[in-house]
Amino acid sequence: MINAVWAVMLAVGIFVGLLNDQADAVTKAAIDGASQAVVISFGLIGAYGLWLGIMEIAQRARLIDALSCIMRPVLHILFPHVPKGHPAMGAISMNVIANVLGLGNAATPLGIKAMQHLQQLNHHKETISDDMAMLVVINAASLQLIPTTVIAVRSSAGSSDPAGIIGTTLITTFCAAVIGICVAKMLEKAIY
Amino acid sequence: MRLISSWLVPLFIFFVLTAGYIRGVKVYDAFVDGAKEGITTVFKIMPYLIAMFVAIEVFRASGAMDMLARFTAPVLKPLGIPSEVLPLIIVRPLSGSASLGVLGNILSTAGPDSYIGRVASTMMGSTETTFYVLTVYLGAVGVKKSRHALPAAVMADITGFIVAAMAVRWVFGN
Repeated sequence: MINAVWAVMLAVGIFVGLLNDQADAVTKAAIDGASQAVVISFGLIGAYGLWLGIMEIAQRARLIDALSCIMRPVLHILFPHVPKGHPAMGAISMNVIANVLGLGNAATPLGIKAMQHLQQLNHHKETISDDMAMLVVINAASLQLIPTTVIAVRSSAGSSDPAGIIGTTLITTFCAAVIGICVAKMLEKAIY
Repeated sequence: MRLISSWLVPLFIFFVLTAGYIRGVKVYDAFVDGAKEGITTVFKIMPYLIAMFVAIEVFRASGAMDMLARFTAPVLKPLGIPSEVLPLIIVRPLSGSASLGVLGNILSTAGPDSYIGRVASTMMGSTETTFYVLTVYLGAVGVKKSRHALPAAVMADITGFIVAAMAVRWVFGN
């Protein structure tokens, strides 16, 4: 799927670019895109190091175990294949909490950690498991309670009520997450 | 509320640190081990990010993205989604920084408290950079077959875009 999406985007981009006589722009975009990815990656190293460092302390202090005991009843419905006491549940719990609190730069490294734990439970290492797909869908649905970035952009655009969209955002996020989860549950039997 | 969210991170770190120290964890060693893992993780996802960013940038710079926007415009009308937010819908799943730019642009032309401005803000806050999430999460564990992950995540995005317009009309009544 990703192979096809990537190939189509790139091929269509080049094709349309040539039709529009934008060959130079396309070349520049390809090189700029690659360097942008590297710049962003280096920017991520600090945040990833910090959050996985704190996570490691919490893990060794057995704080994560306590947290996953609390979160397990809810998360077990979404991730039924994670056995009791497996570290994947702790990482998933941390990832969900970071998402809800809107700590984007903490949520991603914690989510990756959860993916790595889920990969240990995965029987076919090159194919995504049902639980891994669920984690991806939940993270793609943006579960945050307060959209801080959007509020900041609105306020700098001169809004008289920058936080006024919190209600509509919550309704929308909730609907999107529910649909995403339902579609994932429905398709997990169908697509192998 | 703002006070709580700005105190959250320092207090959380303080709490973890204290709990770890009391429970006899070698906190400095633990932190360094975790940070090491963070660095290797970033290098693991870097090639996937390069691949994704090249495709997205080429798609955008060539004019293909504008073309896609023009093709999808007629579909959005019946859903009550104003055509001004179309660029946001196209860019949102692909790039976080670009979509912030698009949002800023929409808010400054249509006004942040207009129907268009509210719909765009709601869309931005309730959806994620889906392709980035997918790239990073799958890349970090080297999974090649993504099965239903992409369709399910895209369905969540589409739902978000449609419901955003409905929610704004319902809450603000315009």
